[in-house]
Amino acid sequence: MIAAIASTLDCRGLLCPLPIIRLSKAVKTVDVGAVIEMLATDPGSVPDMEAFEHQTGHKILERSEAKGTFRFLVQRTK
Amino acid sequence: MTNERTKRLALVASKGTLDQAYPPLILATTAAAMGWEAGIFFTFYGLNLLHRERRRHLQVSPIGNPAMPPPLHALPMLKVPNFLGTLPGMTAMATTMMKGWMSKAKMPSVEEMLDMCVEADVRLFACATTMGVMGIRQEELIPQAQCAGATTFLDYAAGADVSLFV
Repeated sequence: MIAAIASTLDCRGLLCPLPIIRLSKAVKTVDVGAVIEMLATDPGSVPDMEAFEHQTGHKILERSEAKGTFRFLVQRTK
Repeated sequence: MTNERTKRLALVASKGTLDQAYPPLILATTAAAMGWEAGIFFTFYGLNLLHRERRRHLQVSPIGNPAMPPPLHALPMLKVPNFLGTLPGMTAMATTMMKGWMSKAKMPSVEEMLDMCVEADVRLFACATTMGVMGIRQEELIPQAQCAGATTFLDYAAGADVSLFV
């Protein structure tokens, strides 16, 4: 069971480094354990999100793709 | 999290052209977004990125750059002879063209990228030798620029996990 989505971050149409910078800011605005929904269209965001998870420890609970939009659920872990 | 120790990125930015300004700024802001420390040593023409005035007027030249202008999708065989880049106005045209691509792709300007570095506490080292050689005074640089020599940067970079020269 995934916790309710605390906020949605729309990064559609944005290229590196903006999605990750915006995500890192968004993570700081929610409580530990809260989940952020992140939308992106840059294909680079798929491996970049893995790397973000690896480097920061924040968890990607879900990832999916529909009609060229990538959707990630990111949980703040600390 | 694989490692609790804060990682560090140390970059050298040595180029003062519009296209070459982006890579170090993108890398530094991304590192900061991942919680790393990041520092950039701006040296030689790279120091223009910290210059209050010059950072607003960075240019890109097609001369000696066979990748520019990029081929048109409709006419991939059409090659613009490189010597045409020497004609008056071509550097301004190439600069306008590149700024157009950047804004169309919603990329921040170089000034905005630098503001993002400042906001993310990226250390901005202004090469002391370049300032001396080119006669650039501290007041001409953005206030966050820290005048430093190679020793300071190497001391910082010695503790870095990733170091790159751009």
